[in-house]
Amino acid sequence: MTLWEKMKASPLMGGKEGVIGLAVLAAVIFVVLPLGVDIFRLNLIGKYLTYAFVAVGLVMLWGHGGILSLGQGIFFGLGGYAMAMFLKLEASDPLSTKIQSTPGIPDFMDWNQLTALPWFWEPFKSLPFTIFAVLTIPALFAYIIGYAMFKRRVGGVYFSIITQAIALILSILIVGQQGYTGGVNGMTDLRTMLGWDIRTDSAKYILYFVNGLLLFGAIFLSKYIMSSKFGMLLLAMRDKEERVRFSGYDVSNFKIFIFCLAAMMSAVGGAMFTLQVGFMSPSFVGIVPSIEMVIFCAVGGRASLIGAVYGTLLVNYGKTVFSETYPEMWLFLMGGLFISVVMFFPSGLAGIWDKYATKYGWFKDKAEPVKKPEVSTSEGEAQAVLTETAPETSMATDSAAKKATRKKADTTPAIDSNKMRGAEA
Amino acid sequence: MSTLNRRGFMKGALLGAMMAAGLISGHALAADYPTAKVNTTGLAVTDTTVKVGILHSATGTMAISETGSIQAEKLAIEQINAMGGILGRKIEIVQEDGASDWPTFAEKAKKLLEKDKVASVMGCWTSASRKAALPVFEKDNGLLFYPTFYEGLEQSKNVFYTGQEATQQILAGLDWIAKEKKAKTFYLIGSDYIWPRTSMKIARKHIEQHLGGKVVGEEYIALGDTQFGSVINKIKLKKPDVIYAAVVGGSNVAWFKQLNAAGLNSSKQTMLTISVTEDEVLGIGGENLAGFYSAMKYFQSQDNDSNKKFVEAFKKRWGKDAVIGDVTQAAYLGPWLYKAAVERAGSFDVDKVQAALPGYEFKDAPEGPVTVEANHHLTTKLRIGQWGKDGQAKVVYTSGYIKPDPFPKGYQ
Repeated sequence: MTLWEKMKASPLMGGKEGVIGLAVLAAVIFVVLPLGVDIFRLNLIGKYLTYAFVAVGLVMLWGHGGILSLGQGIFFGLGGYAMAMFLKLEASDPLSTKIQSTPGIPDFMDWNQLTALPWFWEPFKSLPFTIFAVLTIPALFAYIIGYAMFKRRVGGVYFSIITQAIALILSILIVGQQGYTGGVNGMTDLRTMLGWDIRTDSAKYILYFVNGLLLFGAIFLSKYIMSSKFGMLLLAMRDKEERVRFSGYDVSNFKIFIFCLAAMMSAVGGAMFTLQVGFMSPSFVGIVPSIEMVIFCAVGGRASLIGAVYGTLLVNYGKTVFSETYPEMWLFLMGGLFISVVMFFPSGLAGIWDKYATKYGWFKDKAEPVKKPEVSTSEGEAQAVLTETAPETSMATDSAAKKATRKKADTTPAIDSNKMRGAEA
Repeated sequence: MSTLNRRGFMKGALLGAMMAAGLISGHALAADYPTAKVNTTGLAVTDTTVKVGILHSATGTMAISETGSIQAEKLAIEQINAMGGILGRKIEIVQEDGASDWPTFAEKAKKLLEKDKVASVMGCWTSASRKAALPVFEKDNGLLFYPTFYEGLEQSKNVFYTGQEATQQILAGLDWIAKEKKAKTFYLIGSDYIWPRTSMKIARKHIEQHLGGKVVGEEYIALGDTQFGSVINKIKLKKPDVIYAAVVGGSNVAWFKQLNAAGLNSSKQTMLTISVTEDEVLGIGGENLAGFYSAMKYFQSQDNDSNKKFVEAFKKRWGKDAVIGDVTQAAYLGPWLYKAAVERAGSFDVDKVQAALPGYEFKDAPEGPVTVEANHHLTTKLRIGQWGKDGQAKVVYTSGYIKPDPFPKGYQ
């Protein structure tokens, strides 16, 4: 097989269309945008792309797992704050803070009459620890939340409300403990990372590309997971959680895992945000940013990884352009955009693409079921139960579903995932 | 021939008259200041225009406070343009919305400086928004005129602070109330963020070390909190001579209403606040506030000529119900100070403008003459106003000139 055929056949890529979709996104992020816009706009786009980490995580969590978290800002914030703590300590060397009562501690601690660095700040003097913390602290936090809720079978709207409440609690905590966190001001004036000035144009270019590569890493990881048996189970859980449970799977563990993974991705986005923007503040932790991130995902198409990236770019670009053009009424325009997306394009940008791609047959392999991933015997059992969903899915007018239902019954469980993959435009 | 001569004469006379008018009113003609000379750093300055940014929250929770500043800055710029602009160049406004979101302020500041190349920015309101935007101004060497009274502990060469820093607002006010009301015991209360905390730190030191008084309580309320029951009970228990308050935003309304409901009105309790201006009174309601005191550098009711003109022009432009608070007046100073600085420097270059402004006395400021000091803050007077039911304050005390001291020794 040639490389092209290998890529097409790989479930990781999601068929020919998936390969092209990824290639186009890569071209946009790595070639078109860096060449087409100046560094100021590119830095803004880099900032938007950090939100895309959250949106990609939400595609797995919400689009495929059916778990709507309205608190992804928690993890974005934790990752961002961990990185900000490291950068702030580096910016607060005794020399540049010599006008303070206590030189050598961050300025906001000095304003709040702290005279020594709090113990939990100490480890953030080390970059390796900081990177470790960016990845593990949010995941650990997500594990605790997930364990507490999924083990008790808290789901649906209750889960959403609780995550929202936690986001609020965390932002209040950060604002209230300003001596330790910088309060409502956040941590500002971050300058260097191991002596490397992150505010220069060259640093911004480098950070932009690092950010883009990490984002692609996140997308590939998500594709890998979603094309695996686990991804299949995730879909099954979304559609008929009880049946998966009766088949002998511990649903809560899967949910906890995907929640932790989405949290980790959000945290990486948060850390990259801090590096590119140069500060972190509680306004990225609370309810509003958390819901905004869900909107990015919804506009892009909640089941599509690549759509989520475009959705994030589109919404933020709209926000910037509208607010620059109409500083006094831009919120109404944004509101109008969201309402029209939800009303006319419920599956977002990816849905629009999908509709036309199928209609005009741009991708012949689109409607064909992709080769089913290897399944173990235990999944075979699950399928026996899961095939009962066939009558429901065949009701769908989607041509993909129609074609697929003509196949043997045991391919039916793949229908949903095919639809999902198709949507990954 | 005769007609031609006459026309020529008329032309000459007209030109002469125009030049004379220009000279008399001190207008600079753009031709005297070629763009290549007055703008060597690539700012958005042409032969006829100069771009100036306005960066406040037009949307979100802070919009109610910041709208006054936007209006004042626009009014000042319109007046400057009507007079011929700066060095013969009309000011073009580039307005951006900070949306009550501090990171947005940083993004928009960057946009104004790097994309629009504005020559200066009038903007920011909360300390948080200033702290977020400040690194941008310092890195891109921009110029910011910041209108709000604030906590001090800052002095950037890229910022001119047209409001008061904490010691200017606090010390003279405490001196006055200690003397006037023979106050010995003080209860300090504020919203929980950097400005009230720093202010109360300075107030406590001053009360304890210089006034021989005693602080009997110090409380901080979360931003936006509206439950003051327990604080009010503590105040009733401690019976302080003076409540010294720095409660901000929506909390203010609840704070004054609940005080009144608990019977602590101005006939029973003396209170001096440093966070209530005419703008806040609109929300609180004059009847809830009547008799209490505010310490500010400006009140709308001030009786000097420059203020009367300002109030009249403001109401003409923005409606007769518009009120003018301390910060609104300070925002009005920004464009005027910028104009003066550019004219003193004979250049729009940021470094030259920065260097030219200190030492300038702005005689026509509505609040009365102010002087820009080397530390980029203004020397101003402090006034104590007593609120009436109509939402206006009667100025009961005016201090002498107070020099700004953003890093006060012995108060940190």
